[in-house]
Amino acid sequence: MISVNLLAIFYLISGVLFILALRGLSSPETSRRGNLYGIIGMALAIGVTVLSVGNFSSGFIYLIIFLAIGGSIGAFIAFKIPMTAMPELVAGFHSLVGLAAVFVAISAFLNPEIFNLGTPGSIKIASLIEMSLGAAIGAITFTGSIIAFLKLRGIMSGSPITFFGQHYLNLILGICLIGLISYLCITQINTLFWTIIVISFLVGVLLIIPIGGADMPVVISMLNSYSGWAAAGIGFTLENTALIITGALVGSSGAILSYIMCKGMNRSFFNVILGGWGATDQTSTSSSKEQKKPVKNGNADDAAFLMKNASSVIIVPGYGMAVAQAQHALREMVDALKKNGVKVSYAIHPVAGRMPGHMNVLLAEANVPYDEVFELEEINNDFANCDVAYVIGANDVTNPVAKSDPQSPIYGMPVLDVEKSKSVLFVKRSLSPGYAGIDNDLFYRDNTLMLFADAKKMTEEIVKSL
Amino acid sequence: MEIDPFIFRLSIFILSIFIGYYVVWSVTPSLHTPLMSVTNAISSVIIVGAIIAALAGNSVNVFDTANIFGFLAIILAAINIFGGFLVTQRMLAMYKKKKDKK
Repeated sequence: MISVNLLAIFYLISGVLFILALRGLSSPETSRRGNLYGIIGMALAIGVTVLSVGNFSSGFIYLIIFLAIGGSIGAFIAFKIPMTAMPELVAGFHSLVGLAAVFVAISAFLNPEIFNLGTPGSIKIASLIEMSLGAAIGAITFTGSIIAFLKLRGIMSGSPITFFGQHYLNLILGICLIGLISYLCITQINTLFWTIIVISFLVGVLLIIPIGGADMPVVISMLNSYSGWAAAGIGFTLENTALIITGALVGSSGAILSYIMCKGMNRSFFNVILGGWGATDQTSTSSSKEQKKPVKNGNADDAAFLMKNASSVIIVPGYGMAVAQAQHALREMVDALKKNGVKVSYAIHPVAGRMPGHMNVLLAEANVPYDEVFELEEINNDFANCDVAYVIGANDVTNPVAKSDPQSPIYGMPVLDVEKSKSVLFVKRSLSPGYAGIDNDLFYRDNTLMLFADAKKMTEEIVKSL
Repeated sequence: MEIDPFIFRLSIFILSIFIGYYVVWSVTPSLHTPLMSVTNAISSVIIVGAIIAALAGNSVNVFDTANIFGFLAIILAAINIFGGFLVTQRMLAMYKKKKDKK
């Protein structure tokens, strides 16, 4: 048994270690040590908690068993998961945090004595508010993340599901939740607590279904944020500083990421959350296909010739690269180009891929040094001096319409100035528009050469002809 | 007049939000994916609550209803802790500088 004060100090230390873990991520060099701080902080928190409970009887053995079961499942997933599946993995993990928060809240509600919250039927009002909020946010995170997971995995269609009165339904359910929580505080009736959880599960589903597959970077960051707030809510209930600090850190981290993602698409957060954007896809697709404009069609040899004779090449990867798993072939191509004395760099748009930083991880996996990879603001001026831009699996983020046509739905979105380079190689399977449902002007430019093929196959062929 | 301990916790919470805000803005965009997986792992410190829920209590029976939820939460949080930190480690190990190449 350790004293309550000592315990609180240890929790504070692990909170500080978690802050250092995030701080480490400011640069790749310090990031690995940061992760180690995180692990130490976690081990410390778990260790002192077990000591404080001081129950080394049969329950302790079960604790070890359950930790081992969960740990080995987690470790197995961590080693097996391909890097292209990171968005699904993160969504899946969020759902687990959410559900864990719900479970802890339930046990605190059923057995409040062990947390010093009063007795069943007369739990302290403040604790009751905190635990029901924690449970509600946890439940929303759980079902929301499951929907996000299903959409990312492709099990569920990525297109938004909307129906009449959807927003009103959500509003009514939200008001219901607040009403139920206040009523629970007055009456302390068990069924109310269960109802809150069930309604929150429903809200989680309803919140995520109207959001289109391509808005997933925002959704995933938002759920990240929710999982943090849920943890903080439980932290208040359990009067645990480690949980409160961590919850606040994770909550603000997710919120900032959502903000960055929204800004990358020039859309407001509410616009994304209210959803239904991709719903107009079909209509605009058909209209754009009617008028056939001439495009220049090339093959791997043309592309190889262009790039070999260039002095600088900028590569613009997008989600298509991840789908085709083309990152390794791409690296080979770049190696071959470098042997020919070509300067190569990579340009990454903030919303490329299905989660923040998705492209960077894939390129890192293919052994691309991180100091060759640049963000939008860092590299955008270089396109004007670059000979070839190689667009692989990206589309809307290169569309010049965003700068010129105020009518366009993506007007104002920051885009990569790909068209300013001397020639553009555009690897794409067809002329179909991207998720925004708008035709890319770039296809019809004189300096654009379309390479119609699978991203990986095309890149491999270019490597061969180099 | 004594200050309610809740106010202290609220202060910690609010200040941590600010720390989180400044720390996360300094994270380089190329590490945003590891940021998400590591925040995922650390938010599983909720396991602390799960352990108390599972082990504490005066019931003779280890698997009382309240305890069962604690044990379930332990499994979920453990998946997240191990999975989150290990996958972050795996990703971070891939980030290399130009010099590292022979």
